[in-house]
Amino acid sequence: MENFEPTIIAFVCNWCTYTAADLAGTSRLIYPKNVRLIRVMCTGMVDPQYIIKAFLEGADGVLVSGCHPGDCHYINGNYKARRRMKLIKEILGQLGIEEQRLRLTWIGASDGIQFAETIREIVSQIKALGPNQTQFKMAM
Amino acid sequence: MATAVKIDVKEQNLLGAFQGFFKILLELEDIHALLVPQQLPVKGSVMPTLVTDPDQLDGVDPLAPAFPLNAARVVSRLTRKPMGGKVVAVLRPCEIRAFIELVKLNQGSTEELILVGVDCLGAYSNADYYRLAGENPREITERFYQNVLGGKGTQMDGVDITAACKACEHPIPDQADLVVGLYGVDTQSGLYVEGKTPKGEDLIQRLGLPAAETPPSREGAIGALVAERTAYRDKMFADTREAAGSLDQMAEYFSHCINCYNCRVACPVCYCKECVFVTDVFYHEPAQYLKWSRRKGVIKMPTDTVFYHLTRLAHMSTACVGCGQCSNACPNDIPVMEVFRTMAHRTQQAFEYEAGKSLEEKPPLSDFREAEFEEVVGIS
Repeated sequence: MENFEPTIIAFVCNWCTYTAADLAGTSRLIYPKNVRLIRVMCTGMVDPQYIIKAFLEGADGVLVSGCHPGDCHYINGNYKARRRMKLIKEILGQLGIEEQRLRLTWIGASDGIQFAETIREIVSQIKALGPNQTQFKMAM
Repeated sequence: MATAVKIDVKEQNLLGAFQGFFKILLELEDIHALLVPQQLPVKGSVMPTLVTDPDQLDGVDPLAPAFPLNAARVVSRLTRKPMGGKVVAVLRPCEIRAFIELVKLNQGSTEELILVGVDCLGAYSNADYYRLAGENPREITERFYQNVLGGKGTQMDGVDITAACKACEHPIPDQADLVVGLYGVDTQSGLYVEGKTPKGEDLIQRLGLPAAETPPSREGAIGALVAERTAYRDKMFADTREAAGSLDQMAEYFSHCINCYNCRVACPVCYCKECVFVTDVFYHEPAQYLKWSRRKGVIKMPTDTVFYHLTRLAHMSTACVGCGQCSNACPNDIPVMEVFRTMAHRTQQAFEYEAGKSLEEKPPLSDFREAEFEEVVGIS
């Protein structure tokens, strides 16, 4: 358990959080390497299906991150993402998936420092939870 | 002005009374067709029929304990574009509620439609009904409604109505334009028909039938039935949470699933024109299966079964009306409805939404505001 290195799948929007991650990199900020970034044009395109798939494939955590309310490049994609997050948390919560494993955050393009801090915090929380057991199951 | 009328029943022949009532409706000049379940000349088959000739109503049977499909889909097909005529559709409450969900998703319209709902007595599963109805479906219907309305229960020859029906707290079609009431009504003498909307009230006044008052025992009878159904439902929720409360248990619960997707086909509110599970996205590269197997050592084939059900829950559970056609359609008798209703109850509660309740309430995933659901944002 001490050596447990979680895998976190992060769906990040092109305009805000991906740019923030880029900024964190160019600013030479250090954050854990456990996160796998998937750049999407908008958090509003993250179908709940993607999140379910990540968990069933054994991801230990999933992060969806985009622009702050009012800042969406497509006006309201992040509001849709928030409703879907409410929905999917309701479903996965009934199946015993801990709340900390699924996160939605708003990280703006200039928030490189906040991006690095968020990843650090999520990784430490998920390390405390332990691995997602589905990765060892044969039927999903 | 009368908003309720009485249809005479002779010699306990409810189906005959229905036939007479539908004939009057169809003979009105501005009603062009009637969509109504009828016994087909084929043995024991009760299906929705679209009738334009008032003399083609001999097999009318809205009381059969048969529920071959949720007719919301049929009505959606009829109304997705202007039909060029007014149609009266006779439906079960869960069919009306599912249709309301489809209208809100722009897959149907109430414009040229008058919805007639009949107090629902429940139905057997397809397999049970066909076995029971055999040569004489009319006799089965008659015994069934006499039993149910006579207080002898829904069970007959060892079969009972489906779990979905037993857990249904909406046996009264509150969303219909016109309701044909049976519960708490002295059906020996007549059926009670009530207009619930301006459309329904207008129609009722043109029928030339004697006015009626709400039978005094109706409210109590409905209250008792709904209480019984709600108690069954809540126990079902508790049992299902016990049986399918984790991903592991879900895998067990759906272990007989063969990805036939019958439940999705039968679902009246699975609204996608093309389901993602039949697209190339799930036409995996052969090498992909080997990769998956290598990673886990063993995988069950076909793959993506739990994934399919969870995705369907995410896509349609806020629109689930609990009609139970998913369970009815399962070739391997998986109690699909139990899981879907249990989950849907929570997801609908999360958005303070009730599927099929009204045309005005927007579906939860097509409505959003700048400040809401702050609790799902952040990492603390």
